[in-house]
Amino acid sequence: MKKALKKYLDKVRPQFQPGGKLQKFRSVFDGFDTFLFTPNTTSRSGVHIHDSNDSKRTMIIVVLALLPALLFGMYNVGYQRYLSVGTTPEFFDSFLYGFLAVLPKIVVAYVVGLGIEFISAQIRGHEIQEGFLVSGMLIPMICPIETPIWMIAVATAFSVIFVKEVFGGTGMNIFNVALMTRAFLFFAYPQKMSGDSVFVASDSIFSLGAGQTVDAFSGATPLGQVATNVGSTLHLTGVTGSDLTLWDMFLGLIPGSIGETSTLFILLGGAVLLITGVASWRIMLSVFVGGLAMGYLAQAFPSATYAGSLLTPVEQVCLGGFAFAAVFMATDPVTAAHTNTGKYIYGFLVGALAILIRVYNSGYPEGAMLAVLLMNAFAPLIDYCVIETNVRRRMRRAKNRQ
Amino acid sequence: MALLNNKQKTVLFNPLSKNNPVIVQVLGICSALAVTAKLEPALVMGISVTAVLAFANVIISLLRNTIPTSIRIIVQLVVVAALVIIVDQVLKAYNYEVSKQLSVFIGLIITNCILMGRLEAFALGNKPWPSFLDGIGNGLGYMIILVIVATVRELLGSGTLLGFPIIPKSFYAAGYENNGLMILPPMALITVACIIWVHRSRNKELQEKNN
Repeated sequence: MKKALKKYLDKVRPQFQPGGKLQKFRSVFDGFDTFLFTPNTTSRSGVHIHDSNDSKRTMIIVVLALLPALLFGMYNVGYQRYLSVGTTPEFFDSFLYGFLAVLPKIVVAYVVGLGIEFISAQIRGHEIQEGFLVSGMLIPMICPIETPIWMIAVATAFSVIFVKEVFGGTGMNIFNVALMTRAFLFFAYPQKMSGDSVFVASDSIFSLGAGQTVDAFSGATPLGQVATNVGSTLHLTGVTGSDLTLWDMFLGLIPGSIGETSTLFILLGGAVLLITGVASWRIMLSVFVGGLAMGYLAQAFPSATYAGSLLTPVEQVCLGGFAFAAVFMATDPVTAAHTNTGKYIYGFLVGALAILIRVYNSGYPEGAMLAVLLMNAFAPLIDYCVIETNVRRRMRRAKNRQ
Repeated sequence: MALLNNKQKTVLFNPLSKNNPVIVQVLGICSALAVTAKLEPALVMGISVTAVLAFANVIISLLRNTIPTSIRIIVQLVVVAALVIIVDQVLKAYNYEVSKQLSVFIGLIITNCILMGRLEAFALGNKPWPSFLDGIGNGLGYMIILVIVATVRELLGSGTLLGFPIIPKSFYAAGYENNGLMILPPMALITVACIIWVHRSRNKELQEKNN
């Protein structure tokens, strides 16, 4: 099978070379060829990495790291749906329901995003780059389950074109593509991206999850409840009014965006990223430190006006998209700070700002997205300052020695 | 006798595309972003700027030999300010609603870079009639861009044009929703960027050479 495929690719290769019949589609062919097999050519100069790793493999590792959170997210979508109609959620039914609900979103994000990447690669005569393999997976995971598919398609198209391609494609973007997709959706269609009615699926699929929602049903996410909390005590509940424990928040059986509810499974993915060395532990660690620090600070001054300050720091980190942003968004190697000291500063500020926005800005119940995007803009400045400081210190040392 | 000779035609029509004040010279961007959420204020703004620009150009052109160089900016400002106040008053008298929507942006025509640019670059060195044509041309060039941007933004952001609903009810019933981001200023910038993109790829001579 493998040999036959290789043979076929070698047979049709000449048609895609310059002068061949299908030379326009050369980058498509190249893309598939190098995706399936190790390229025949090696670079002739300027490469110092002695490793079989390339960006395709890196991307695949990130996709693998995303899988636990995604699969759990699918299960949770079904779980919340079954809870909301008053049925005991069976494991298999819940997962199947969630799978059917989430799959179209993943397909749409990939088709639209990769379609645009392929077209723009053809127009510019570039190779097809694989950055979108991860973005296409991230986009559905950070959207609420009830976000219409066409909105995801529009937002994906917008951010692939205006956030990535106009800056020069993969590796050249200033802002995280997946988060910009979410930001576009958030500001363009706020009623489908926030509130009480979008985080729990509301339709049955192929008679799975059929039924009327129970009377006690409330689709508000924990952070949504925090934002509308009145008084100086906080009482977080699940979709049917049962109390939420810290374990529920950590495990993630709570309403929320598809892939970001389960801190446990996100950390599992994070472990994969750290073991393989794909993501920076400096950023990941400092985001959590920043979040916890800001959480303690907020908790030290509890106030009924800002109900977020009534949460404990650990709850802050477990709720909302914080863990997901820390593990998968802030560590994006393209948009994060590049210097080691810069990574600590960058990560800490992402974490601190996320909690700051969440607690003290009543307009935004969750701040992780905005915090990461804001720090994306500042990452080059942080790097610049770190490098300049280093240069100045060494200059002074050189001068003193004379 | 033709109304316009060739040179005058260039003066009038060049600013519409090849030398457009907004998308080629990138002047007057601030107001292009601020007033284009709806089509009506954008139209009124375009007409106001055209009127002020044409008459300011004529007046400065008439005075061009008597203005001492050292104080020419102040003289230009006085002329423009006087015209802007007239436009503002006329708007308040005859179209109060739009005047309220435009709020400070009519007043801010005074600081519009296109005005200063045309007065300095053209009116100070040309006769009144070409200056008038230059003012009309640049004003229209500005207005075209404003109208395009406002059409896109109002259609996608509110589903209306000049306040009339355009997108049919059946679309909304099928799940379509207006794009709230279109109303916000960032999308004006992106829309202008798209126009510049299309315009430059159609006019190759506008593209810089890569060194």
